[in-house]
Amino acid sequence: MSSLGQKDLLGIRGMTREQISLVLETASGFKDVLKRDIKKVPALRGRTVFNLFFEPSTRTRTSFELAAKRLSTDVVNFSVPTSSVVKGESLLDTIATIESYGVDYIIIRHASSGVPHFIAQHSDASVLNAGDGINEHPTQALLDAFTIMEHKTQIEGLKIAIVGDILHSRVAKSNIYCLRELGAEVRLIAPPTFVPSHINEEGIDIHYDMDEGLKGADVIMMLRIQRERQGGGFLPSSDEYSRFWGLTRERLNMADPEAIVMHPGPMNRGIEIASEVADDERSVILEQVTNGVAVRMAVIYLLGRSKEKEQ
Amino acid sequence: MTDPKILLDKSDMERAISRIAHEIIENNKGVVDVCLIGIQRGGVHMARRLSDRIDLIEGQKVQVGTLDIAMYRDDLDIRDEQPRIRRTDVPFDINGKVVILVDDVFFTGRSIRAAMDALMDIGRPAVIQLAVLIDRGHRELPIRADYAGKNIPTSKNETIEVVFKEDAGKDEVILKRSEGEE
Amino acid sequence: MKVLIRNGHIVDPSQGLDSKGDLLVEGRTILKTGKNIKVKANDPEIRIVDASGLYVMPGLVDMHVHLREPGFEYKETIRTGTLAAVRGGFTSVCCMPNTKPVNDNETVTEFILRKAFAEGSCYVYPIGAITKGQEGAELAEMGMMFDAGCIAFSDDGRPVMNSMIMRRALEYTKVFGTPVISHAEDSSLSADGVMNEGRLSNLLGLKGIPREAEIIMIKRDIDLAGLTGGRLHIAHISTEEGVEAVRRAKSDGINVTAETCPHYFTTTEELAMGYNTFAKVNPPLRTDRDVEAIKRGLSDGTIDVIATDHAPHHQDEKLCEFDKAAPGISGLETALSMSLGLVVQGVLDMNGLVSKMSLSPASILGLNKGTLSEGSDADVVIVDREAEFEVDCDRFLSKGKNTPFNGMILKGRPVMTLCKGKVHDLMVDER
Repeated sequence: MSSLGQKDLLGIRGMTREQISLVLETASGFKDVLKRDIKKVPALRGRTVFNLFFEPSTRTRTSFELAAKRLSTDVVNFSVPTSSVVKGESLLDTIATIESYGVDYIIIRHASSGVPHFIAQHSDASVLNAGDGINEHPTQALLDAFTIMEHKTQIEGLKIAIVGDILHSRVAKSNIYCLRELGAEVRLIAPPTFVPSHINEEGIDIHYDMDEGLKGADVIMMLRIQRERQGGGFLPSSDEYSRFWGLTRERLNMADPEAIVMHPGPMNRGIEIASEVADDERSVILEQVTNGVAVRMAVIYLLGRSKEKEQ
Repeated sequence: MTDPKILLDKSDMERAISRIAHEIIENNKGVVDVCLIGIQRGGVHMARRLSDRIDLIEGQKVQVGTLDIAMYRDDLDIRDEQPRIRRTDVPFDINGKVVILVDDVFFTGRSIRAAMDALMDIGRPAVIQLAVLIDRGHRELPIRADYAGKNIPTSKNETIEVVFKEDAGKDEVILKRSEGEE
Repeated sequence: MKVLIRNGHIVDPSQGLDSKGDLLVEGRTILKTGKNIKVKANDPEIRIVDASGLYVMPGLVDMHVHLREPGFEYKETIRTGTLAAVRGGFTSVCCMPNTKPVNDNETVTEFILRKAFAEGSCYVYPIGAITKGQEGAELAEMGMMFDAGCIAFSDDGRPVMNSMIMRRALEYTKVFGTPVISHAEDSSLSADGVMNEGRLSNLLGLKGIPREAEIIMIKRDIDLAGLTGGRLHIAHISTEEGVEAVRRAKSDGINVTAETCPHYFTTTEELAMGYNTFAKVNPPLRTDRDVEAIKRGLSDGTIDVIATDHAPHHQDEKLCEFDKAAPGISGLETALSMSLGLVVQGVLDMNGLVSKMSLSPASILGLNKGTLSEGSDADVVIVDREAEFEVDCDRFLSKGKNTPFNGMILKGRPVMTLCKGKVHDLMVDER
């Protein structure tokens, strides 16, 4: 017994601690593989993975692509500018087309929340959410949890501060679900314009003052500030954001001395994170990237069979 | 299931492991360049015991590694559930070594095929040998054991369970018959 | 051709009727209501309808529908929309101007009326745009549209964001006494939201529309109605605070009326779980407390009208990303059944319900409808309050199959509609 017991990975919300732990355990098996000279196993030979990216993302797409290839699947990249999506093909048409190629896994990134759920309803393939709108980015949260486990051995009871644009961050949302399910004490640090208006109903501590919020934190998770939100409606300017909510070495000292610093990338150096912090020995940002492949291998592996194959 | 039958008890298991240890030493003219790699999970306990026994006889520790073969199985496509991924831990170089694969029950040979593929992805041993506690027959691949603790002819609807005290607090080998799966 | 409807329970708020009786109709006119109306036996010119156990009421008036013609005939046409109306017990519908081209001039108004005359199964009353192209910048030719047959003005689908324009509209329409219907939404606040803002929108990762987007606009328009003395009608109220604002305005003597739709007093935002695009509607479905407040508003008379906001869309516009999905519910064929629940719950009595779905909208719009009095148009609907049925959107006569209520078991339905001199036996259509 060791599948996730579900066809798709659409989000962390609704996953149990046992399911999350299974992914993390399995990922450490795959991480061993990634340390070898031959970084490939034949586990999913003959399966086909579609990387369906409606939003540009080199990192997540590459990470999924590597993970899928290291499981010996055939990977097809299907990204927007080269596809017929721009010609006004409906999402339903796109799914039907992909289905006709014969596909076992669809990895989907889309600017609209709920699109992975929509595809999952209309496709027999296993659907993996690689980020949907402002909803969820489940594999990022799983790789973050995996990285924290490597440094802190357990997540239960850790004080974890998530800093930045919570409102528009699917990374933050998936992490909140994941870390709270694993027993961490999650707090949010952000300007009020970046705090979802009803999040306090979930019983999460919110700090507008970064120094206050960082006190005693074991993990500091920085979020990327999207360029289009740096000015205008949400913030007066990126300079102002940086002054009040940027992670500097002085601010890092407010946290636990053993604290680690995380960032899902790509970083805006000098805006949400100072260069010397990004390169500090407490920063585990590059480990997150490595672990991403192992965790994504685990998830693809654990979703198991996408459909009943004909006998 | 009907009344499980005990095939080997604690001392039977000890004697079998001891004999295999002697044979390994004899066959390889000592244990220089020999290492043991246990297949998860039963093979891991057995490999450790073999290593201890060889140490007792030869006064020399043999390195022990663990190998998980889940990612190399040939039935991933027809199973409903994926096998659990366990640690593969081979903290030494196997290139040019005599690698003795260790498993508890030797059945169709498919696990051993998977184990050899997994091993080849880690390095290139000079020789691979196979040591098993129980050989129950029904081979589906042209693979044989170099060392077998006991040959036990079985029917296909029986299962053999090797219990190690590391897991269950006692040592024994049990035969179970599953009904209704004819 | 005469029709005698016998032994029905007649509900006619205009005459205060709520009792067993008969109704006699000739052609397009009501001859009389009364007890034991006698006619010649076996007269081939008289059709006798046995309505025992059934309710007989004035044909319903829907003051808020989208018929989509001209321009969006793939969603709905005047022909199919009015067929759906008749099936739902409606004999008069008022169509919103957000067509292509927009009904912002007399030519479009005349086109709609001509089409409706030729192909409509029921009466159609166009609502003209307040501003040219519904762009909120310049007043449309409301006087000419009024002359051509428009009975109210609205930019429905969009708000009139410019307060000065809204003020002018409320002032200018005083000339012809038509109401200005406000689609109350502060679009700078609703922005790109797609559902009610709250815990659930957060959970689904969907952008929220705060309730304040509606509340602020209702309050602004009430203040402008106070300033101008114009006639204001608030469309599709969905919030508790919106109801409260109207209640207050009414007690302050401001000339305001209000409507809500069945989906705002029967369901909540929970319906959107699973990214159910059929539950996407504007204004969005709200919460339990809003549902309760709307029922109170209906009960105490704050809300005058139940309209459908019938918004048919093509299936492709719903089977897609939630963000992209067109907002709206195809409501004509379920509205009465859903509203009858209010009577079961004791929110309204039959008289109150019938009034809010016929007489009240008719009188707001100055239509001689919603009555069974002698000499008036023979718009009649017969309703079986006990009949249970399953909503099946595939059998809708509307082109819009977009309903979140598909598969739901509803109780109470129209069984016969009389309109424009025709008898529509709805149960026969059913088979």
